Amino acid sequence: MPDTTVSAPASGVRAASCDRAGSRPTTAWRLLVRNRLAMVGLVFIAIWTIGALVAGLLPYSPTATGAGGLLEPPSAAHLFGTDNFGRDILARVLAGGRISLWTGLIAVGISLLIGVPIGAISGFLGGVVGAVLMRVMDVLLAFPSLVLAMAIAAALGPGLASAMIAVGVVGIPEFARIVYSQTRSLRERDFVEAGRAIGLRDRTILTRHIVPNTVAPILVRATLGMGYAILTAASLSFIGLGAQPPTAEWGVMISDGRGYIISGEWWMTVFPGIAIATSILGFNLVGDGLRDVLDPRLRTSR
Amino acid sequence: MADTLLSIENLSIRIDTSRGPIHPVRGLDLTIARGEMVGLVGESGSGKSVTAMSITGLLPARQAHITGGHIRFDGRDLAALSDRQMREIRGKDIATIFQEPMTALNPVFTIRDQLTEPLRQHLRLGRRQAADRAGQLLDMVGIRNTARVLAGYPHELSGGMRQRVMIAMAMACEPKLLIADEPTTALDVTTQLQILDLIMDLQEQHGTAVLLITHDLGVVAQTCQRVAVMYGGELQETAPTDQLFAAPQADYTKRLLSFIPSANEHVIEAVEALAEGSTGRDGSGSVRVEARTDAPTEAPDDDAPVLLEVTDLTKVFTGRRRRLGRPADTITAVDGVSFRVRRGRTLAIVGESGSGKSTTGRALLRLHEPTSGTVTFNGADLLSASDDELRRLRSQMQIVFQDTYASLDPRWTIHRALAEPLRLHTDLDDAAIRARIVEVLETVGLGEEHIDRFPHEFSGGQRQRIGIARALILNPSLVVCDEPVSALDVSVQAQVLDLMKQLQRDLGLTYVFISHDLSVVEMMADEIVVMSQGRVVEQGTVEQIFTAPQHPYTKALLAAIPIADPNARVDRAVRRCIVERGVAAADLPEKAVA
Repeated sequence: MPDTTVSAPASGVRAASCDRAGSRPTTAWRLLVRNRLAMVGLVFIAIWTIGALVAGLLPYSPTATGAGGLLEPPSAAHLFGTDNFGRDILARVLAGGRISLWTGLIAVGISLLIGVPIGAISGFLGGVVGAVLMRVMDVLLAFPSLVLAMAIAAALGPGLASAMIAVGVVGIPEFARIVYSQTRSLRERDFVEAGRAIGLRDRTILTRHIVPNTVAPILVRATLGMGYAILTAASLSFIGLGAQPPTAEWGVMISDGRGYIISGEWWMTVFPGIAIATSILGFNLVGDGLRDVLDPRLRTSR
Repeated sequence: MADTLLSIENLSIRIDTSRGPIHPVRGLDLTIARGEMVGLVGESGSGKSVTAMSITGLLPARQAHITGGHIRFDGRDLAALSDRQMREIRGKDIATIFQEPMTALNPVFTIRDQLTEPLRQHLRLGRRQAADRAGQLLDMVGIRNTARVLAGYPHELSGGMRQRVMIAMAMACEPKLLIADEPTTALDVTTQLQILDLIMDLQEQHGTAVLLITHDLGVVAQTCQRVAVMYGGELQETAPTDQLFAAPQADYTKRLLSFIPSANEHVIEAVEALAEGSTGRDGSGSVRVEARTDAPTEAPDDDAPVLLEVTDLTKVFTGRRRRLGRPADTITAVDGVSFRVRRGRTLAIVGESGSGKSTTGRALLRLHEPTSGTVTFNGADLLSASDDELRRLRSQMQIVFQDTYASLDPRWTIHRALAEPLRLHTDLDDAAIRARIVEVLETVGLGEEHIDRFPHEFSGGQRQRIGIARALILNPSLVVCDEPVSALDVSVQAQVLDLMKQLQRDLGLTYVFISHDLSVVEMMADEIVVMSQGRVVEQGTVEQIFTAPQHPYTKALLAAIPIADPNARVDRAVRRCIVERGVAAADLPEKAVA
C-alpha cells in the first residue's frame, strides 16, 4: 500500500479530534463540573499533583536525616512532624505522592496497553482465538488480585519497578473484559457493516471504528484503576515487596511508623495514611462522576 | 355533551430538561365521548404521547408541570386528585397499552401472575376467582390455548401474542377509557390488522372508549370515529374521520395526507379488488395455493441488461452445540432464493420480520457469507471472488441502512465518514476529496455547511441523506436499501423516497429495495419478491403482484395494508379472513396460534 494512503487518514484523525474537542467532550466536561462529588475528587487529585510538583521546593529533602529532632510532633517548623530518623514527614508525604502518581500511571498504562488489544482482538475475531484469550483473562481474574500482585512482585524481586509491573499485570483482565464486551456489541452495529461494505480491512475497522468507540468506558475504568493501583502498590511496599526504604513512599512510611503507633507517635502513620485514603477517594469520585457523565443510560435515569 | 367521558381543555405542559424548559403540549383541546374511538395522530415530537401520559398522571412529577388547562374524566378534575385516588382510576377506569409489550411485561413472572395482579388489587378477587377470570380475559382477546399461555413467560410469546396479553390486562377491570399508545407500531402488518380488529371488537362489545395514539393515518382511517391531528405540541384539527380524510382543513393534515403511501389509489384499488374477489368466493377455505413460481416472471419488453443474478442463495446460521457429539442447532434464514435485477431497475424484497429479507440483502454483498448459491454481479461471480477482488467490487455495490444513527460512526464527522471510501478506492488528493464530498452532499440535498458536523447533530431524515451520500460517493451501480425509510416520519419518508427515485433517474442506479411495507414498495419498485420464512413465496412485476396476487400470503400482506381512506370498500371480516388464510398458508406457526 503506497505511503500516501497511509499518511492521509492519519492527518484526518488529527483534524477530527480537533473538531471533536468542539462538541462532545466539552458537554461532558460541563456536566462533570456540575457533579459536586466529582469536583471534590478532582480537588483531592489536584492537591496531590501540585504537592508532587512543589515537593522539591520545600526546605527539607525527603530523605535527609536530621532535618529536625527525632520523632518531633507536628509544629510550625515541621507541619507533619518528623520521623524516627529526624526526616521531615511533610516532605516525605509530598515526595511519596510523586511516586504514587507515577506508579498509578505506569501500572494503568501497562494494563491498558496489553488489556485493550487483547479485548479488542478477542471480541472482534471471536472463535477459538477469542475464547482462549478470554479464558486466560478469566484465570487471572480468578486469583485474588492482591495475592496475584504479591506473587508477581515476589517473582520479579522486590523493588518499585516490580510493584508497578505487578499492579499493571493484575489490571489487564479488567480492561480486556470491558473492551471485549464493547467490541462484541459494536461489531454488530451497522456502521461497522457499512465499513465492510466500502471494503475496509478488518484491522482498519478495529483500530479506527471500534476501539475509539470504547474510549468512554476505558476512561472510567482507567480513572478508577488509578486509585486501585496506588492502593495495591502501597500495600506491596508496606510488606516489603515494593519500594524499598529509605525511599519516601506512602506504604514504606506506614510500615516504618507502625512500631510507633502504640508509643504515641501517631503522625508517622496518620499523614501517609490520609494521603493514601484521599488520593484513592479522589480517583474513585472522579471515576464515578465520569461514568455518570459518559454513560447516557445512567444520566437519563437520574 | 352529556355523554362526554374525557375532556381536555386548553392543556399546556412544560417539561424542565437539563437544557432548559420545553413545551411539548400547548393549548390542547380534546374530548372523548363514552364508547367512542378517537385517533390522536402526529409525528415524533408532536406531543401526542405526553398528552396520553398527562391523562394517566404518569408524567415524571419532578420535571413535568401542567401549566394550564384542565383534564376532566367522568366529571372529576384529574389534576385535583391525590396520588391514591389517581392510582384507583389508573388501571381501573383508565387503562393503557404501550408500543412495546416486551418491555411492559415483567420478564420474571408468568402471564398468570401478571394478569391476576390487577384483578386482585382492584376487584379484590380471590386467587381462584382471579385465575378463572384471567382465563376468560385471554379468551376474550382471541387467545386459544389459554392454559399454556397463562403458565408461560413473556419471552415465550410472539409480539402479537404479547400485545394481546397486554390488552387482556388493560381490559381486566373493564375500564371506561383505553389509551393505546402506538399499539401496533412494533408489529408486522398482518399482526397489526388483527390487533386493531381486536381493539375495535372490544370497543363495540364493552362500550369502552379508546384513545388510539399513532403516527399512521392509515391506522386511524379504518378504526376511529374521530381524529385529532397534532403537530409541534399544538392541535391542528379535530374532525370526524370521514370528514378529515375527505376535506382536511389544516395545512399540516393536507400535507400529511399527500405524503402517506397507503393513501395511494393504486394500493387502495388493489385491496378493494382483492376483498371483492374474496367475497365472491364461498369462503369455505378453498384457497388456491400456488407454489412459488420458479421461473421469475418479468416484463417481456424489458431489454435492460441483467446486473445482478442470484441463484439458489441460502444462508444457514449455526447455533451453539448443545451437547458434544450432537449436531449444532441451525436456522435457515434464507432458503434457495433466486432472482435477477436489470440495470436501472428496482427490485423490492418484501416480507415480515424473520422472513430473511435483510439477510438476503446482506448476503448479496457478502456482509453475511452465504452458505450456498451463486451471486453474479455484472458478470463477476461474487461468491468466489478473492478478498482483493471483493474489495474492488464493493465500490460498485453499496448499502443504505434502516437505522440512520447506528449506521454512521458517532465519533466521525461527515467529512471523515465520506472521505474514507474515497481514500480507500481512489487516488484523489484532499482538495479533490472535499470537492467530491460537497458534490455528493448537494445531490442528496445537503450543503457544504454540513460537512464538518457529527451524525448526532442531524435529524433522522438528514442522517438518511448522509447514509445515501455515503453509498453514492463511489458511483456504485447497485445500491441495496435495507428498510431505508421505515424509521422516518411520513413527511420525511416521502422526501427521501422522492430523492431516491430522482437519483435513480439521474445516475442510472439499480436498487434492491428491502421493505416490510407494500405501499412504499408500490411507489418504488419495478419488480417484487415476496419472502416468508426464508423462502420466496411469489415474485412478479408490481402490476402482477398488486392486480393478480397468486399466493395467499401475498394477498394477506396486501389486505393488511392500513389504507388511509375511510371510504375504501373493504369489509373488515373479509380482510381478516384473507389475512388469516395467508398467514396459515405461509405456515407461520407463532402467528397461527393467535
